[in-house]
Amino acid sequence: MRTAFIAVFVRDLRLALRRRVEALLPIVFFVVAVSLFPLGVGPEAQTLRQIAAGVVWVCALLATMLSVASMYTSDHADGSLEQMMLSGRPGTVIAAAKAAAHWTVTGAPLVVTAPLIGLLLDMSRPALVTLVLSLLLGTPILSLLGGVGAALTLGLRSAGVLLILLIVPLTIPALIFGAGAVSATESGIAVGGYFSLLGALLILTALTAPLATAFALHIALE
Amino acid sequence: MTIRWSTFSAPSRFVWLAAKVNPWLWAVTIALSLAALYVGFFVAPTDATQGEAYRIIFIHVPAAWMSMVIYLAMAFWAAVGWMLNARMAAMLAHSLAPTGALMTFIALWTGSFWGRPAWGTWWVWDARLTSELILLFLYLGYMALKSSIDDTVRGDKASALLAIVGAVNVPIIYFSVRWWNTLHQGATISMTAAPKMAHTMLLAMLLMTFAFWAYAFAMSFTRASAIALEREQHTDWARQWALDGSSIRASKP
Amino acid sequence: MNWSSASAFFDMGGYGLYVWGAYAVTGVAMLVEPWLARRRLRQALRDVATQPIQD
Repeated sequence: MRTAFIAVFVRDLRLALRRRVEALLPIVFFVVAVSLFPLGVGPEAQTLRQIAAGVVWVCALLATMLSVASMYTSDHADGSLEQMMLSGRPGTVIAAAKAAAHWTVTGAPLVVTAPLIGLLLDMSRPALVTLVLSLLLGTPILSLLGGVGAALTLGLRSAGVLLILLIVPLTIPALIFGAGAVSATESGIAVGGYFSLLGALLILTALTAPLATAFALHIALE
Repeated sequence: MTIRWSTFSAPSRFVWLAAKVNPWLWAVTIALSLAALYVGFFVAPTDATQGEAYRIIFIHVPAAWMSMVIYLAMAFWAAVGWMLNARMAAMLAHSLAPTGALMTFIALWTGSFWGRPAWGTWWVWDARLTSELILLFLYLGYMALKSSIDDTVRGDKASALLAIVGAVNVPIIYFSVRWWNTLHQGATISMTAAPKMAHTMLLAMLLMTFAFWAYAFAMSFTRASAIALEREQHTDWARQWALDGSSIRASKP
Repeated sequence: MNWSSASAFFDMGGYGLYVWGAYAVTGVAMLVEPWLARRRLRQALRDVATQPIQD
């Protein structure tokens, strides 16, 4: 099982490295989207600091959702997905490996970029730390849930938009706890509770999403 | 006489049952809603704090309850259809979705119209309304996924999986929204702070809830029958049913 | 009885717009939805009845 996980994981990383520009697009979107808010809301630092937690988190969420649609499409197109599913390896392992690779390529860079973006919105240092930690726990959740959506909408028309409609409601708890933690830090409130909840959510998602994804893949490939 | 209920998993018999039962369901719906409206408007007293505006509660709360019950029923039948490969169960799930979405919309609309006189704004981001809004998204997602998939088998199974995932997530979403609501002290106006309920108010609400329930049954039976006939256009039972309203095996349930 | 007159009933203590706005939309929705479903069912029956017989 571990070799299957590593094989799929490494393969996806290698494929992403060959398309470096494509891999960076979600990060570019993230930066552009966050930058829109000062332009739309006004440059006043006080206002920006108040909305910063939510803005950064929502943009990270949207960037992830936009990038997740292609998790299975190219493999599906050239038939390698079917081969993987027929190979006798558990679908859950493949799904988990795919989500892990997606996080490594998209989620991790988001976590790294976020504090720089947070500075644009005049976030305080403690808030930036909380931001990084909350995204560190949150972005894997987004990749895992995104995997379910990608599998459900495999090969459909308007799969990208449909995926967002299906999966975004499910990501709301992560958004609430993640952005909430950052807001709490800005207000000086303790964040232990938020991180416990976020951590619990991550564990729950890690245990259930790959299974759901595997089911969805079987349904899509039948 | 015991009825082998599983017999109605055959579309032909389901359509027969639906046609038989629906007139009664509609009668119950009308009777209960009239009773609820009578009690709600002519028996229940005026509320001390909110005046007459509170009477919206007699449709707002039943609609909200039904929106959640229908989602669970939808997920249940979708799961049954998937696990047991029962086509009629899947069709029943599909038939519940639009009615559930409508209930959610009614809950949101009436909630808004209640909020305006009670709290001053047309929308309040309180826990219940926000959860209802998310529930509406879940319903719309289910219907969107189903209609995006041309292959019926894949469509039934994929939407079943989505419904189950949604049903599992609903408690989590509701909990997180309540948590979120209590944190942000600005919008602590809560719709759940309903007026202290006189017995008559509660009675009207319960009557209306059962009226909505009967309505939902009747709606889904009609819609499920339509879906069954659409899917099985070429079968003998459909032909016989459409031409002379008789069912091949109606006499032996 | 709660209401002194019919106009008092429609006025709803000044909240007429809200109460009737809520009830009216609900009522209309719960009339339109069954009508649409009934129409769909009738159409389905018609489609089946006009099917060419297949051997």
